[in-house]
Amino acid sequence: MTADAGRAQSLTDLMRTEAEPLIGKWVDAVAALLRGRQTRSELERDFREFYAALLPLVGNDGRDVSGPEFGDIRSLLDEYSRARVRAGFTPSETASSLFSLKRVIFDLTENSDDPQFYRQQRAFSGLLDALGLLTFESYAQARDEIIREQSEQLLELTTPVVKIWEGVLAVPLVGTLDSARTQVVMEKLLEALVETGSEHAIIDITGVFAVDTQVAQHLLKTVVAARLMGAECIVSGIRPQIAQTIVALGIEFGDIVTKASLADALRHALRREGVDVVRSRAV
Amino acid sequence: MPPRSEGPEVVPISGDDDVVRVRQLVRTYAQQTKLSLVDQTKLVTAASELARNTLIYGGGGFARVEEVSDGRRAGVRASFHDEGPGIPDLTLALADGWSSGSGLGLGLSGARRLVDEFELDTEVGRGTVVTVVKWKR
Repeated sequence: MTADAGRAQSLTDLMRTEAEPLIGKWVDAVAALLRGRQTRSELERDFREFYAALLPLVGNDGRDVSGPEFGDIRSLLDEYSRARVRAGFTPSETASSLFSLKRVIFDLTENSDDPQFYRQQRAFSGLLDALGLLTFESYAQARDEIIREQSEQLLELTTPVVKIWEGVLAVPLVGTLDSARTQVVMEKLLEALVETGSEHAIIDITGVFAVDTQVAQHLLKTVVAARLMGAECIVSGIRPQIAQTIVALGIEFGDIVTKASLADALRHALRREGVDVVRSRAV
Repeated sequence: MPPRSEGPEVVPISGDDDVVRVRQLVRTYAQQTKLSLVDQTKLVTAASELARNTLIYGGGGFARVEEVSDGRRAGVRASFHDEGPGIPDLTLALADGWSSGSGLGLGLSGARRLVDEFELDTEVGRGTVVTVVKWKR
């Protein structure tokens, strides 16, 4: 086979005639690399598509892969990289899938001493490098998207408004309170106030690590907005270190009711609602 | 987060995320230095204020955080650098309740009360550097 290769007119012809064994070896190489995390048939399906998209590009040295002729392979690789991110493969493993084809091609032609052939091979190697870098980019992009999605989900997840008693809502805040978060909290709280007809809302900040002037300002705005709708807000979960920090900062909470714990806040709200909680006597 | 880093650590401040990052870094240093929980919270809150000032009024910059020692006690030093417009009237800027923006006007003055050492170096048109230190008690 290698003797024939020397006489073959071009790398393209060789890759066309030797397609089946080449794809087979490529799949073998990558399957070994991934140690069974992906089946041979899955890899073969992907690689067959890559191979078909790569063939017309042989001879291109990959110095500029932004042209329209690269459209097919680019979208294939993009899809492949994205699937890899979701499946938990590393970026190196993803790019190695392409780089493995290099060795397969080199093995095929190592005995050839045709300089023409050598140049084609070098160009092909450059092409694969460029495409390998593309997978890195797609991989990073896909990962960024996942992170962005997750932080949006987190924003929704971490701001539940729960009804803890007839007429009493609670909003436990956890983590960092920035403008975007406050906006979500405020909207959710005001909507819930209308929906449930509640007159008391408890904003619990036990899970907020630091209350700085921005957080305080956001809290104050939320309380004022709720008040405009006829509801009273109680801020609870003010830990000793937070209390001291707020005092040192000079933040005034004015006439807003604040409580050390959620339980205290609930008791306060219930009293305002006219509810008495009494321990039932053991019968 | 680095386990126990030698020398100062520098974090760029160019967005809201960076303010959170600075806060976390300062918190790590404060925990390493074993500041009390109250002092940790005070320093982190001060850093949060100053980082946000760097971002909003200074147009971005960077923060430097390091462990320091004066021979007897350990502490954490954080400095905030920007190349913004500078502060024309320091007395006013450090007054409670005054803000050139839309905040509560307590950031700078409040931060000063939260730390043990506070140094402000500013020049109109050149920028501002605020350095704070919190010592272990």
